[in-house]
Amino acid sequence: MGKTIDIDLVRHIGRLSRIELTDEQAETFSAQLADILEFFDKLQELDTENIEPQASAVSLQNVLADDVPADSLTTDQALDNAPARDGDFFKVPKVIGDSQ
Amino acid sequence: MEDILNLSALQLRDAVASGQTSAAEATVAYLAAIEKTEPRISAFNEVLAERAIGQAKKVDADVQAGRQPGPLAGVPVAIKDNMCTSYGLTTCSSKILANFQAPYTATAVARLEAAGAVILGKTNLDEFAMGSSTENSGFKPTRNPWDTDLVPGGSSGGSAAAVSARQCAAALGSDTGGSIRQPAAFCGVVGLKPTYGRVSRYGLVAYGSSLDQIGPITRDVADCALLMSVIAGHDPKDSTSVPNEAADYLASIDTPVEKLRIGMPKEFYSDALDSEISAAVGAAAEAYKSLGAEIVELSLPHSRIDRGSGGRLSSYAVACYYIVAMAEASSNLARYDGVHYGHRTPAKADNIVDLYSRTRAEGFGEEVKRRIMLGTYTLSAGYYDAYYNKALKVRRLIAEDFGKAFARCHVLLSPVSPTPAFRLGEKTADPLTMYLADIYTISANLAGLPGLSLPAGLAATGLPVGMQLIGPVFSEELLFRAARMYEKASGVTRLTPKIVNN
Amino acid sequence: MTETNDIVKPVIGLEIHVELATATKMFCRCRNRFGDRPNTNVCIVCIGMPGALPVMNKKAVEYAIKVGLAMNCGVAGFTKWDRKSYYYPDLPKNYQISQYDLPLSAAGHLEVPLPDGSIKKVRILRAHLEEDAGKNIHTAAAHTGVDLNRAGVPLLEIVSEPDLNSTDEVLAYARATQRLVRWLGASEANMQMGHMRFEPNINLHIIRKGRCYKTPICEVKNLNSFRALERTVQYEIDRQYAEWLAEPEGYSLDKLGKQNRGYDDSAGKTVFQREKEEAHDYRYFPEPDLVPVVVSDQWRESIRATIGELPLARRARYMKDYKLSFEDADALTQDAATGDLLDTAVKAGADAKRCTNLLLGRGAAIANEQGCTIARIGVTAEQLAELAKMLQAGQVNATAADRVFQKMVQTNQSPGSIAESEGLLAVTDTRRIEAWVDQVISANPQAVEDVRSGGKKQDKALGFLTGRVMQLSGGAAQPKEVQRLLRKKLGT
Ligand SMILES: [Mg+2]
Ligand SMILES: [Zn+2]
Repeated sequence: MGKTIDIDLVRHIGRLSRIELTDEQAETFSAQLADILEFFDKLQELDTENIEPQASAVSLQNVLADDVPADSLTTDQALDNAPARDGDFFKVPKVIGDSQ
Repeated sequence: MEDILNLSALQLRDAVASGQTSAAEATVAYLAAIEKTEPRISAFNEVLAERAIGQAKKVDADVQAGRQPGPLAGVPVAIKDNMCTSYGLTTCSSKILANFQAPYTATAVARLEAAGAVILGKTNLDEFAMGSSTENSGFKPTRNPWDTDLVPGGSSGGSAAAVSARQCAAALGSDTGGSIRQPAAFCGVVGLKPTYGRVSRYGLVAYGSSLDQIGPITRDVADCALLMSVIAGHDPKDSTSVPNEAADYLASIDTPVEKLRIGMPKEFYSDALDSEISAAVGAAAEAYKSLGAEIVELSLPHSRIDRGSGGRLSSYAVACYYIVAMAEASSNLARYDGVHYGHRTPAKADNIVDLYSRTRAEGFGEEVKRRIMLGTYTLSAGYYDAYYNKALKVRRLIAEDFGKAFARCHVLLSPVSPTPAFRLGEKTADPLTMYLADIYTISANLAGLPGLSLPAGLAATGLPVGMQLIGPVFSEELLFRAARMYEKASGVTRLTPKIVNN
Repeated sequence: MTETNDIVKPVIGLEIHVELATATKMFCRCRNRFGDRPNTNVCIVCIGMPGALPVMNKKAVEYAIKVGLAMNCGVAGFTKWDRKSYYYPDLPKNYQISQYDLPLSAAGHLEVPLPDGSIKKVRILRAHLEEDAGKNIHTAAAHTGVDLNRAGVPLLEIVSEPDLNSTDEVLAYARATQRLVRWLGASEANMQMGHMRFEPNINLHIIRKGRCYKTPICEVKNLNSFRALERTVQYEIDRQYAEWLAEPEGYSLDKLGKQNRGYDDSAGKTVFQREKEEAHDYRYFPEPDLVPVVVSDQWRESIRATIGELPLARRARYMKDYKLSFEDADALTQDAATGDLLDTAVKAGADAKRCTNLLLGRGAAIANEQGCTIARIGVTAEQLAELAKMLQAGQVNATAADRVFQKMVQTNQSPGSIAESEGLLAVTDTRRIEAWVDQVISANPQAVEDVRSGGKKQDKALGFLTGRVMQLSGGAAQPKEVQRLLRKKLGT
């Protein structure tokens, strides 16, 4: 598997993770990540052909709430922690359009 | 003052409720204890002295007015700083949340306060609970009260150290892979990782959402049961919170378990295990035998510990755990981007991607970055099946091992960690060796099982050694009773590090 | 613009995002309401604050199932939630809670009426629930503002198979879907409020000299009006054909794969979006903060039972049972309530055709002025039925009925009493009509003569005299009675 994590791959993962990396960091990470991924590869020893994946430790289902409004935060409560604010809005550098 | 600090939470509650002592008096005593030892331990990120005294006075007023003061009346507790409180800061010991003021309070903390507990402050942790020594705190390392050159364990190192050093009567920690049980063992206190879904996660800042649980860290087993009775229960704000009502774990605690059958997973007793810990756990097994318990050797094949190439330890469970936890973490920590709250890079970023990437580069520590990147990688196109999905399948195998085991015994007895507390800096160079500190605890998280860590005595070095009892889901009551049997018989309880008295 | 002998077949699939008409958001109990002050309908959950947890809105699930069933989909007995990861400031958690491998409904179809009156069966691939993102406000020159009131609003993503082969078909399908979700009450589907957004996937299959060329599939995101959808699809069809003509071998699906394009409204064209190419790696994985939803047969059927008659079925029934024209039946089945009004009136014994004329005559005109559906103008089924009956019985004539209907909009008095007080009731009293008839006979000797002398002028003259009498009575005389008396007195 991912035993070789070259610098380009580390940088690609850094971009996907939105984490800027210095050259030294990219270097150390490429060694460390390779090391850890090799450790992960131990799972390949196991035959899991007919095993169902288990994502959760609870067996609950249909936890649903009634469609009844409850209190929201005030605009100030919502924006108090914002590093940059423009009136009633969170403020960010220019972006295009909406994501949805 | 001294004697107040030596009261258990339960005794203090009774003393306050009966008016023998006041909540304010107790709170002041603990604040003084913090004053005295905190410079050497650094357990707290924030001490809420004024608010605590205010709370204590309310409790005293209730008692004087003859109002029912609640099961934790006047008990000063500390809260791991990854649980939201509408007062003070909630930082997760991360620079990225250094100034975050939560507009709400976690359910578990709110339940403590409703029971009359006094919140002393927020304790240090490995950044976002990612670590096993509290050295990954973005602010400062916490030190072990038994020897300040040693780590207190982690990630709930601040809470465990504070309880051990008598800086609080009890504390809350959180446990994703052993983060309550391992520091409890390192600091010689009691810690419970409850059944997944038993305690609400609402307000607990997520690390590995399918593994995280909040639990108590206390000086003895009864206190642990007392706090658990208060924080356990259904919470409609947490979709993974189980609806069935929680028991009063204290009521039955002194009732020994008849014909207790204790399983010992043979895989756990390899050369990877420190001989003194092995001996201590063995002695505990003998003690249980003399109490009429039966010991059965059994197997948890997928929690096996191997010595791989170059003598390095390896384990399916550890690999499985870190894949799952890191994948969930990479998604849970995506929200820290400098837009809605938390740190934003002061460097000018003219586009949103740079703003995100610099903010996160500045705000996160190395270990958090490693885990986010690994999680991102294992979920990314082309690797999902080889890593994440494979881990989910192994997770089922691990859970099934426990199912088979509990067909043959009531509880499992095991070590908590392969070694006692280690020196600061000893394992920071190599992340993998640090991951292996969780080798005995992570399986319970993967299977959603309750695990109780309690002191099994002191090693020749004078350091506390812990043992772990793991039970089936919702067997907390059984775990408390079994733990209490040992505690009574052995007299190993309320261990006190020297630092408390000098 | 097609070259001679090229057969150009557009192949279009449409993703439609529909905001559901719940009172609260999908995972928190903030209000789902358009147009409020920015960042007022927000909480720790929809801002994605640390420690917040989602709790599923039951109503959103039920609306989604209802639409799925109405689109003839199979509803999954077991469905779960997944996280879709991408970074954008209107997505506070930087992941969207959606459904990846187990959508709520799948494998259905919608029968779409085309302009030529024919029906096109469009297959539905899947319809899944997800949360909407907030809105980025671009009014400021130097930066963007983020409003999270919309973040977490329940969104149903309906994905069609690539069964649409023309701009008309795409529009017809989009409108049919809008009509359906409104009909079901699952969404207001108001375009101005962004309740519906379109994402067409377009490419061309071009047959030249027996060989089929496929152009790259282009996906255009976030179209929020029918006009934008129409212009986009037409533009893409023309553009792709032109680009293919330029290099028939190079501009191909196998070589270029799928492309993302954005719609530039001012320019009325689409533009290639390179940045969207980067990291299409959404890293889906199961949402650990939510538990699965299991839809029992009984729950599913109880929802199916609330669907009732769908637009096309009702339109067909009106044409068959009420003998209405296609146009009238179609006009009365734009929304459920208007048809319900008609059906109730007919059940009360009124004549369907007369009711229809009232509803689509004055009723439609008023609805138009008020900018609402006919059902909403304020006329009750009881009023409608009684007025239709009065027309039938000749108690009012068409002109009077029209004025009565106008009045019914303001008051809930019965049309009878309205006609009464407004003096619009037809006069049936023979003596009063006889008086008017005598007056007209004496005032129009020539016409009288034409009637008496019989011959071809007779009918025309009789009609003329009838008209005069009606005029004299101010429209109140009952025409049948007028004619009877004229004939009697003029001996024909
Ligand atoms: Mg979508
Ligand atoms: Zn909300």
